[in-house]
Amino acid sequence: MSKTVEPVIAVDQLVKVYKTTTAVDGISFALESGSITGLLGGNGAGKTTTIAMIMGLVTPTSGTVRVLGAEMPRQHYQVLHEMNFESPYVDMPHRLTVRQNLKVFGLLYAVEDLSGRIASLARELDLTEFLDRPTGKLSAGQKTRVALAKALINSPRVLLLDEPTASLDPDTADWVRAHLERFRKERGATVLLASHNMAEVERLCERVIIMKRGRIEDDDTPRRLLVRYGRRTLEEVFLDVARGRGEGREAAQ
Amino acid sequence: MSTPSTSAIAVTPHRVGAMVLRYLYLLRSSWTRLLELIYWPAVQLFVWGFLQFYIAENSGFFARAGGVFIAAVLMWDVLFRGQLGFSISFLEEMWSRNLTNLMISPLRPIEFVCALMTMSLIRLAIGMVPVTFLAMAFFGFNVYSLGLALAAFFVNLILTSWAVGIVVAGVLLRNGMGAESLAWTLMFVLMPLTCVYYPVSVLPDWLQVIAWMLPPTYVFEGMRALLMEHVVRVDLMVEAFALNALYFAAGVFAFLQLLKSARRAGSLLQTGE
Repeated sequence: MSKTVEPVIAVDQLVKVYKTTTAVDGISFALESGSITGLLGGNGAGKTTTIAMIMGLVTPTSGTVRVLGAEMPRQHYQVLHEMNFESPYVDMPHRLTVRQNLKVFGLLYAVEDLSGRIASLARELDLTEFLDRPTGKLSAGQKTRVALAKALINSPRVLLLDEPTASLDPDTADWVRAHLERFRKERGATVLLASHNMAEVERLCERVIIMKRGRIEDDDTPRRLLVRYGRRTLEEVFLDVARGRGEGREAAQ
Repeated sequence: MSTPSTSAIAVTPHRVGAMVLRYLYLLRSSWTRLLELIYWPAVQLFVWGFLQFYIAENSGFFARAGGVFIAAVLMWDVLFRGQLGFSISFLEEMWSRNLTNLMISPLRPIEFVCALMTMSLIRLAIGMVPVTFLAMAFFGFNVYSLGLALAAFFVNLILTSWAVGIVVAGVLLRNGMGAESLAWTLMFVLMPLTCVYYPVSVLPDWLQVIAWMLPPTYVFEGMRALLMEHVVRVDLMVEAFALNALYFAAGVFAFLQLLKSARRAGSLLQTGE
């Protein structure tokens, strides 16, 4: 008899309604351990709300989210130490130095050998020379690396990223992607990445969930999506979905 | 990593310590923040201290009631700045857009509140201790001579300030920075009712009923009884403490309910205006 492995993230019939606006409309998906999945969608597609419900930051109107077996947000304290999040829309205290910020978050996550962990993250993310500089005085690219160091401080089993390379130059963005790829492989972490950047999703993700107006419009591997829509890039697939040109998919079905 | 407790109300000292450390780093990085802690209490002290001098010269009653205004202004500052110290530490998270990072960390709401209370005490100590020495040097008023009564006054005032601070933090979580002005002004609504500078008996009867619902009223009445009649009113302190226990519990309950409501409304994602 084969043993059923519970998904790391299990989203079932998830709905979120803000007053009269339906942000997420009955979506379901499951993410396996060690997978990296892209959540694609235009503005207002419901990506951020979905990630917020997975983190336990927003209570669903109906449906369920389970992370590592814990129901969110009811049981989120069982698993928050195993998760982390990075977004350019969330800052860290600007007046604190990079080292002070990482120390505070390391203590919150009860990281063992915190000094060693900070030193190793600083080396990996090329932050050593900035450790004692106030976070607010860093460039956008350096701040993103600090935010990434914070997101990795507890070596999370579940890493949620909301447009992690937004507003970065191509070189820094590429560097961040390479680091994320390496972290996922080494740690075996499950990564969910919300992004507008199709090239990023194509490079990093083995599965893509495309959302539109709170619903899942498509869910497949990048390669199969390209074949089904008869397109050369995910950007073209995304535009087909965004503009309601789903012929490729319908024909395949 | 150590195995965490899964309870929402379990308090782990290292997480409280981490938050206190975060605020101490912030204070250390900004001399203007430190100066501000002392500046306003000192200004208040000098205004009321010199007024007390002037009135005492022209009134036998106030000459006998030495230090009553100065004691009142110091006590009022414990109440007001205790709440402000709590609320400003909380606001620092909103100003720096760091709240989401904290809310997705293992930090429990109760631990957050404990850290804010600790910071309120630290900020109060930095601001008020030097001012009490200024009161001795300039006006010959030694607040520490009140002895155990001072401890009772302090505990009751700080508990009220925390109860108000906790509710303000909950409203900020739920309503965002649009509610920031509450942090600066809410205590002033209580000021005329808590009878800081005058006895409760001067209020109209119906307002006295409301005044006696507020724990600081008992403290200021007790303070006047001690300074003017040399009587320690233990009964007032006990009643104030009972009311404080009730309001503090109600404040924590309201905070947790507002946090729940913020999760439903999605306000923790958008903590701006």
